Amino acid sequence: MTSRHATWSVEAGQQVLDSLPVDERLILPALQAIQHEFGYVPREAVAIVASFVNVSVADTHGVLTFYHELRTTPPAAVTVSLCMAEACQAVGVRSLAQDVAQAIAPVGQRSTDGTVDVVEVFCLGNCALGPTALVNERLIGTVTAESLVRAVASAREGVNA
Amino acid sequence: MTRVYVPRDSAARSIGADEVAVAILTEAAVRGIDIELVRNGSRGMLWCEPLVEVVTEDGRVGYGSVSADHVADLFDAGFLTGGEHSSRLGVVDDIAWLKDQQRVTFARMGIIDPVNLDDYQAHGGLRGLRRALELGPEATVEEVLTSGLRGRGGAGFPAGIKWRTVMQAQADQKYIACNADEGDSGTFADRMLMEGDPFTLIEGMTIAGVSTGATVGYIYSRSEYPDANNTVREALAVAYERGVLGSDVLGSGKTFDLRLRVGAGAYICGEETAMIDSLEGLRGMVRAKPPIPALEGLFGKPTLVNNVMTLGSVPAILADGSAAYQSYGTERSRGTQIFQIAGNVARGGIVETGFGVSLAELVETYGGGTRSGLPVRAVQVGGPLGAYFPADKLDVSLDYESMIAAGGMVGHGGIVIFDKTVDMSLQARFAMEFCSKESCGKCTPCRIGSTRGVETIDKIREGVDRANNLVLLNDLCELMTDGSLCAMGGLTPMPVQSALRHFPEDFQR
Repeated sequence: MTSRHATWSVEAGQQVLDSLPVDERLILPALQAIQHEFGYVPREAVAIVASFVNVSVADTHGVLTFYHELRTTPPAAVTVSLCMAEACQAVGVRSLAQDVAQAIAPVGQRSTDGTVDVVEVFCLGNCALGPTALVNERLIGTVTAESLVRAVASAREGVNA
Repeated sequence: MTRVYVPRDSAARSIGADEVAVAILTEAAVRGIDIELVRNGSRGMLWCEPLVEVVTEDGRVGYGSVSADHVADLFDAGFLTGGEHSSRLGVVDDIAWLKDQQRVTFARMGIIDPVNLDDYQAHGGLRGLRRALELGPEATVEEVLTSGLRGRGGAGFPAGIKWRTVMQAQADQKYIACNADEGDSGTFADRMLMEGDPFTLIEGMTIAGVSTGATVGYIYSRSEYPDANNTVREALAVAYERGVLGSDVLGSGKTFDLRLRVGAGAYICGEETAMIDSLEGLRGMVRAKPPIPALEGLFGKPTLVNNVMTLGSVPAILADGSAAYQSYGTERSRGTQIFQIAGNVARGGIVETGFGVSLAELVETYGGGTRSGLPVRAVQVGGPLGAYFPADKLDVSLDYESMIAAGGMVGHGGIVIFDKTVDMSLQARFAMEFCSKESCGKCTPCRIGSTRGVETIDKIREGVDRANNLVLLNDLCELMTDGSLCAMGGLTPMPVQSALRHFPEDFQR
């Protein structure tokens, strides 16, 4: 568990759901609220969300597995979301991804020390200043492997602080 | 006291605007100078961000590509009074790149403090909503109709017809749903409006609400846009506090409630029916039409679904009248389009201008060619589902009809430039791969077709039975175009076939 998220318990999960505004008592917003609080959607939470929204576990699982961003395992301390879409391809993200694989971790994998997840995303809306990555919630433009390593280091400090 | 502007736009922040802002405040304090620092939106000249502006007697003087290290130097050069410096760009409003544009929807972009409602009103904000409340629903919808405004999300459907359909629908509840799921690579206009002038979107949606009879609106944004979402939340709180939103819109007695919803990383949710499913908290599955959302949309109720740029253009149309808006553009493509120049480009950013500008002008005159300095080889227009144009065919006019005639589409106005190192067979492969990753899976041509597309292009690239596989690929593209339920599968062949048509040599290596 990372310090940017709370530790899961059934009671804590129920509390998160109970604080949802009435018009967000739907499957996706409920799962997002759980993930926002705990960093992921624990297996145990699926049935709790289903019963809270009054839908089947199957429907809830269906939503959980549809959206790329929803996850069922805890994230690393730092998440690097590297844009792999066309505008960043045009400025060399394919070769950058290879450098990132060396310097941090291959796209779609966790660094060997377990502290950084590198995930692919499609478009961060910074298409004139690519390649682009989000490091946790911080957007970084004209990214190089070196600048990404620096951003990861400062994000790591932020998490531990 | 001197006023200094440093953008809060996330593109500017991505290359150091926050550090520049801190450095300016620190340096001013050290030197004992009183300044007022305003975090504005971006002017859209992303090639010279972070762009610092200083208010002088001559106007707002700009200093481009400023880094925190240069700040002390700028103070020494007397930048607070517009002093000479190598980064000085002159009076920002006089810079040709900006001056030659026709800014209508983006009129306030980069000029105001995005979450200051007084600043917004001082620059013409809320005039459109006030006029709509005076005119009443029918006349407001008529204005939108006669303005010629068409859906800016990509489909280009006449906005006024949609508005009239929702207005005339009888129901106990109607909704406005703003599609802010700007997933197309090469597009960032929605994000910039949400970050740089969110009240324009709020005003446009409120006009839509009070004129169609919808009392609840949703902005469906993306999780990839954390800054935009935070700014919209801030602006919504101000709009409620100041009575722009809520149970008595500007004292009219009309109700309009507006909320922000954020997606979870699914490109397909930019398709309007998938977005509606997602707003209902479900998997973003495409629905067959009819029924059209205008009659049976969110929770089965009449729902007006428009893109950020469409709704964001409405305040200007109402404020200055449909005739003024009509005067921009060509034939059936009226008004302005917010083009976004991206990818391998020397001067990327936002160019808002009337329809009919040529692709060459955007790529060469505004864009200044590639960032790498190598020759332009291909330009993709309209997002991942748009066509690739070769460098010798950029003289096409950017309007809905001309683009279709040229085998492409305007889409959301994104223009992605590639230099001569691009491998077009790899770009074609990516189009299919992207579709296979992002397909909702409901219809077979899209779900299976895209997977087979990747495999077939791999065979072509490896030289396996090339002639037959090229025939097969074109056949598959035709099937996907004709047989898919929505534009995701239906338009994925566009980049693939344009690559095949214009760059056949890349499939023969």
